[in-house]
Amino acid sequence: MPMSDPMLPQVVRVLRRRRELPEVWTLEIEPASDAAADAPNFEPGQFNMLTAFGVGEVPISYSGDPQRSQRWVHTIRAVGAVSTALTRLRAGDVLGVRGPFGSAWPLAAAEGRDVLVVAGGLGLAPLRPAIYRLLAQRRRYGRVTLLYGTRSPDDILFRRELERWRRRLDVDVQVTVDHAVGDWHGHVGVVPALIARADFDPARTSALVCGPEVMMRFTLAALRTAGVAETAIHLSMERNMKCAVGLCGHCQFGPTLVCRDGAVYRSDLLAPYLPIREL
Amino acid sequence: MPTAMRRIDQIVREHRFFAGLTDADVDLISGCARNVAFAAGDYLCREGQPADRFFLLRHGRVALEIAAPGHGALTFQTLAEGEIVGVSWLVAPYRWQHDARALEPTRAIAMDAKCLRGKCDADHDLGYEMMQRFVPLLVQRLHATVLQALDIYGDAHKS
Repeated sequence: MPMSDPMLPQVVRVLRRRRELPEVWTLEIEPASDAAADAPNFEPGQFNMLTAFGVGEVPISYSGDPQRSQRWVHTIRAVGAVSTALTRLRAGDVLGVRGPFGSAWPLAAAEGRDVLVVAGGLGLAPLRPAIYRLLAQRRRYGRVTLLYGTRSPDDILFRRELERWRRRLDVDVQVTVDHAVGDWHGHVGVVPALIARADFDPARTSALVCGPEVMMRFTLAALRTAGVAETAIHLSMERNMKCAVGLCGHCQFGPTLVCRDGAVYRSDLLAPYLPIREL
Repeated sequence: MPTAMRRIDQIVREHRFFAGLTDADVDLISGCARNVAFAAGDYLCREGQPADRFFLLRHGRVALEIAAPGHGALTFQTLAEGEIVGVSWLVAPYRWQHDARALEPTRAIAMDAKCLRGKCDADHDLGYEMMQRFVPLLVQRLHATVLQALDIYGDAHKS
């Protein structure tokens, strides 16, 4: 993807802001001026560095439809100074953007295979562009299954969209929550437990996994038990990305730099390092 | 062998939890089994009552719940076709630690726990087969409980 200077943020405007959850907002922003305007100008799984001017810069994955090249969509949880400042931007406000950076979900390699998407919490956001593409090109894939887990029914991200996808007859969408009270009639339990119930052929399944790292480790174990090959599992990692171009080393994870070699990794390249506490 | 008995045999043999059992073991286990059905809202078991049965779900979904004053029923797990409701029958004092409520019309095989424990005591090979099936289930549920207790979704991810 062409970028004039990958270290120099371009100034763009917020087109729209939408509240998803109490601390989670989605921003639709103008694409960088050097991005292609009439074609997909990022790949599902990639991220941008977003700048709240005067506050700082953070890596945020794309969460929108890659076919909609006229606006870039990012879903942000307000957890620190920068992310909080970004979530307070309103339509017309400016921010800085550098990107797209990083690796992509292997959707071309998954063609002809079953696809199992496993998301936890806000990890659904980096997977949503991949889901849009899977559904847009549905005939190219075998069974498509989305397993989503979060804390409670009140914490379900993109709820209306999940409900819309559930109504389709060509995709299996299962949502589970860790705890529930009252009128919740869906699954209760952790998302890895849904893997054993899902209908897919492990020998020809590609799995895309994103969520808190602990959830991904448990999911990896469940996928292995189900017989999915390590080389067919991809994970999206989160680390402290700063330069985003593989120079500063802040996001080093084992022998890799997450900004340059990830954030999407094939599991067999990552698995040996996941249990190492010091990394 | 009566028709109903043969049907139980077949169901037990085909249930994934008992995959790989010998015909002799299936016969032994089936002697403790019977078909049961629950309407939505029915309780399969109640906290504090004797855990004299466990259930192999054949169809439907079941919520495991604990009642908490002021909060109503807290659901901590839902189970579906192919899964097992109840492990309290394995260890003394054989009392349910939670409620189990059918969320929709549910069919199951109810296993008489005292009957099965007796057969496992008399036939340790059968007991070992049962332990080989229940220990992974217990470990799996322990891991799930750890994951739930960690409340991992409070952490920021990516954004």
